[in-house]
Amino acid sequence: MALDKNGIAKRIAQEVQDGFYVNLGIGIPTLVANYVRDDIEVEFQSENGVLGMGPFPFEGEEDADIINAGKQTITTMPGASFFDSSMSFAMIRGKHVHLTILGAMEVAENGDIANWKIPGKMVKGMGGAMDLVASAENIIVAMMHTNKRGESKILKKCSLPLTGVGCVTKVVTNLAVLEVKNNAFHLLERAPGVSIEEIKKATEGTLVINGEILEMSI
Amino acid sequence: MINKKVNNVQEALQGVKSGMTFMLGGFGLCGIPENAISELVKLDIRDVTCISNNAGVDDFGLGLLLQNKQIKKMISSYVGENDEFERQMLSGELEVELTPQGTLAEKCRAAQAGFPAFYTPAGYGTEVAEGKETRDFDGKMYVLEPAFKADFAFVKAWKGDAAGNLIFKGTSRNFNPNMCGAATITVAEVEELVPVGELEPNNIHIPGIFVQRIFQGKDYEKRIEQRTVRQRN
Repeated sequence: MALDKNGIAKRIAQEVQDGFYVNLGIGIPTLVANYVRDDIEVEFQSENGVLGMGPFPFEGEEDADIINAGKQTITTMPGASFFDSSMSFAMIRGKHVHLTILGAMEVAENGDIANWKIPGKMVKGMGGAMDLVASAENIIVAMMHTNKRGESKILKKCSLPLTGVGCVTKVVTNLAVLEVKNNAFHLLERAPGVSIEEIKKATEGTLVINGEILEMSI
Repeated sequence: MINKKVNNVQEALQGVKSGMTFMLGGFGLCGIPENAISELVKLDIRDVTCISNNAGVDDFGLGLLLQNKQIKKMISSYVGENDEFERQMLSGELEVELTPQGTLAEKCRAAQAGFPAFYTPAGYGTEVAEGKETRDFDGKMYVLEPAFKADFAFVKAWKGDAAGNLIFKGTSRNFNPNMCGAATITVAEVEELVPVGELEPNNIHIPGIFVQRIFQGKDYEKRIEQRTVRQRN
């Protein structure tokens, strides 16, 4: 069965390693924090100016001055720090953040990503996404494999305005884990109960399948 | 000590005029200069350009200036959660320049620090880079981005003194320090204006040299956009 949003977050959480500083985007990526193993040390960075983000506060303990980039009230962990926006993006642009996890509307086989604008319909802005994808060396995209009409979002070429070029390294969808390299999506794992045929049908971009493709263990 | 203290928001905003460019600190509604925004609404100046990461919500923050149709142009990175903004943008009443968030911060900091421009990888290969100079450094492409130019910067801090020294709290710091000294006149409003000498010099985030006017703010609402909590077990 295809994964739900929490399932995608659970699988991505396995990519988070001990000692990593991680930036989580809005949406599915935010859920990743709930599933990271508790025997490793990880610090979450939020680009509005906090490193060492903790869980949501208990009711009555919300602080309007302590929020994440999704404008949600949060808490901080022991060892946390606050800083200004310029320093926050120095962490990102300067490649001090090890892993960036963000959502996307489209991803292409050359690693291009589109997630900030649908011309004529939706223009909310790129926020920090363009800075993140232009700099990070390890970018994982969390997304649904197809849109509501069943059309693939895993493409040969993005049709929407780009957020960044040739930058995505891995994609985790409701159907599969894909590595992006050599102008193709390389199938690494499939969601529990999802067949290779289903993944092929849902993927417009070049799909490379080598050897036996195991089910994700989540 | 060079005194930067003014008595109220009216004095602090002396000299603002229609057609000017303003920087406004804040991320969402967190750390916005609430007093300065209210006064700008009262002064009813028009055709202003606002540099601010976001555009507030419909009935608060910069949304108040939008409702009043005082803004000609917005320079922001993210403008969701504001229906009036979207309406004015799609109808062409409002000019919008969307800028990557890190670039927005650095265009402020460059103005503060005296850099005319800088290269950033953000936006290369996208429509943000269209018409801009690009350059290869060590095999990677970068976009040349100019520093901002603004008439006034309006920032909000937690504590400050008459020398203009500022300390921020939590994530309400965000763009505020980067905008100090990045405009011709920087106006700081603070939750608590303390006597000179009370702030520990080691703890000051922004030295008073970057601030021209400081005043004790009042009636802060400090609205929360997304109240998220967890249950106690």
